[in-house]
Amino acid sequence: MSDRIIFDNVSKFYGEILGVNRVSLDIPPGITTLVGPNGSGKTTLMNLMTGLVQPSSGKVSVLGVSPSDATEFFRNVGYCTQFDSFPRGILGWQFVLDSLMLHGISKGEAYRLTMEALERAHLGDAAGRQIAGYSKGMRQKIRLAQAIAHHPKVLVLDEPLNGLDPMARAESLALFQELGQQGMHLVISSHILDEVDKISDRVVLITGGYLVAEGNIHQVRQEVRDKPMQVLIRCDRPEILASKMFVTNHCVEARLHADGRGVFLRTGDIDQFYSILNDIAVEGLVKIEAVAPADDDANAIYQYLIGSDGSAS
Amino acid sequence: MMTQAATVTTLLRQQPWGLWWTQARRLTVIELRRNLISWRASWIYFLAFIPTFIILVHLLIDGHSPSSMAEDTGILAGIVQFYYIRLGIFFGCLGIFSRLIRGEMVERSLHFYLLSPVRREVLLLGKFAAGAISSLALFLTAIVADFALMYAGYGAAGREYVFSGPGLGQLEAYVLIASLACLGYGAVFLLLSMMFRNPTPAAMLVLGWEAINPVLPSLLQKLSVASYLRHLMPITVPAEGIFALLTVETEPVSGWAASLGLLLLIAVVLTYSCYRIRSLEIRYTTE
Repeated sequence: MSDRIIFDNVSKFYGEILGVNRVSLDIPPGITTLVGPNGSGKTTLMNLMTGLVQPSSGKVSVLGVSPSDATEFFRNVGYCTQFDSFPRGILGWQFVLDSLMLHGISKGEAYRLTMEALERAHLGDAAGRQIAGYSKGMRQKIRLAQAIAHHPKVLVLDEPLNGLDPMARAESLALFQELGQQGMHLVISSHILDEVDKISDRVVLITGGYLVAEGNIHQVRQEVRDKPMQVLIRCDRPEILASKMFVTNHCVEARLHADGRGVFLRTGDIDQFYSILNDIAVEGLVKIEAVAPADDDANAIYQYLIGSDGSAS
Repeated sequence: MMTQAATVTTLLRQQPWGLWWTQARRLTVIELRRNLISWRASWIYFLAFIPTFIILVHLLIDGHSPSSMAEDTGILAGIVQFYYIRLGIFFGCLGIFSRLIRGEMVERSLHFYLLSPVRREVLLLGKFAAGAISSLALFLTAIVADFALMYAGYGAAGREYVFSGPGLGQLEAYVLIASLACLGYGAVFLLLSMMFRNPTPAAMLVLGWEAINPVLPSLLQKLSVASYLRHLMPITVPAEGIFALLTVETEPVSGWAASLGLLLLIAVVLTYSCYRIRSLEIRYTTE
């Protein structure tokens, strides 16, 4: 059995409207974030991945199984959708239990898994109340509980942090991280890039239905050659370091850190930059304490590749 | 040919029938609880039991002389043929069965079913079973109650008619007719609800089709639920006035042929519905 999520030249058109066009992806286990502006095709990709919509052309398979084989497919896949609606009059625990009962497992086991999922999603006593009376954050949590209750190997999460307060966000992110470390596939779409960025192994950038870039966040950043990389260097004499760098490297911008104990430098040649930085450190003129890339997160990559207006550059 | 048959047999044996059966049963129970035993269905209860209420009033207020029993028998046959088949069961099934798929799309909750490890055909048949159980429970209870109340006022003569005369045979026929009507209209409306965003106009076309059916060629007459049911009526009710427009007059067909014909029609409609649900997509924004 394959351990990959594969999109093989997949296109989806809604009549004449493009959903996604010729997307090919090979996603390994771990946490993958889908990044793109509204209407870019993130939800379409997720719906294609789970069979809620069918490709106009191309093939999708998850762990070697096609979404059309529902019996096998949904034993391994959980999908927490963005649709904020539930069957009428249903209680929280009943919603999760009903879903598990359709797996064909015994009632006792379904009940045990329900309680476990509710606990993992931190729903507590609210599980005994009608979902209609839940806050947006609680509805988000009950959907998450339903998606993880059957212990799927692949978890697809469409904007899972929407409506959550900071505490609940932190709990959810910790849960995602834990699940990712257990070897699960997590495919997450989110607008809250700063938070998701901390736990993501890979990023898929999409805009206008087209795949812009995909891969490890640092690799993707390095491939964006036309945007000088920004590096933060913590040191005792940042102004001297900046002047040396400007002389010897293709630095295009230098900005002192607010506390005066570091400098942000932008360079068009990161390999040469690090080499020269080593030489300066060996010289001993500047005492370097730390070096860290300052713009190889999902947010920066999004800005560089897609831009604030949502059009790919 | 033998090899192909053996391959098909082996393939069928390999299917997880036990799992599908369990899933269909659980789905039916969930569906009954969630959607059909609720206040929203109260208008369907009203449709089913309004004749029962009228017959109850008739029982309590009107006199019941033995000579009026034949008239009441004819009235009961008319209620089944003109009210239940043409209106009560028709619109009741429209409400029950069109809710099963379309209703969940309108409320944006169908995706929960489509994201469960249940074959879509099993999902459809489980939902159909839930609709069938609901409609049968409602309308059969109503018809049996109508029958009991209609003859209760006649005392010993009524009991004689029911238990020693043709009464029980007529009741069996009404139960069979109502059952087939629920299944037939149910299958049709379930399909229509998958084909159209608003199945009501299509249902009105079906109602019109049923009404003009008598003037159609015999082949087209077979594509009507009511035309099969007409042949199963134990008592012929002559159509008069407005009823004449609604009464189906077809070539005589034996009871078993009518039942089998309707069951075949139901099977064909459900098979096509299973085919359609395979390609059903969740696009709530277009609903």
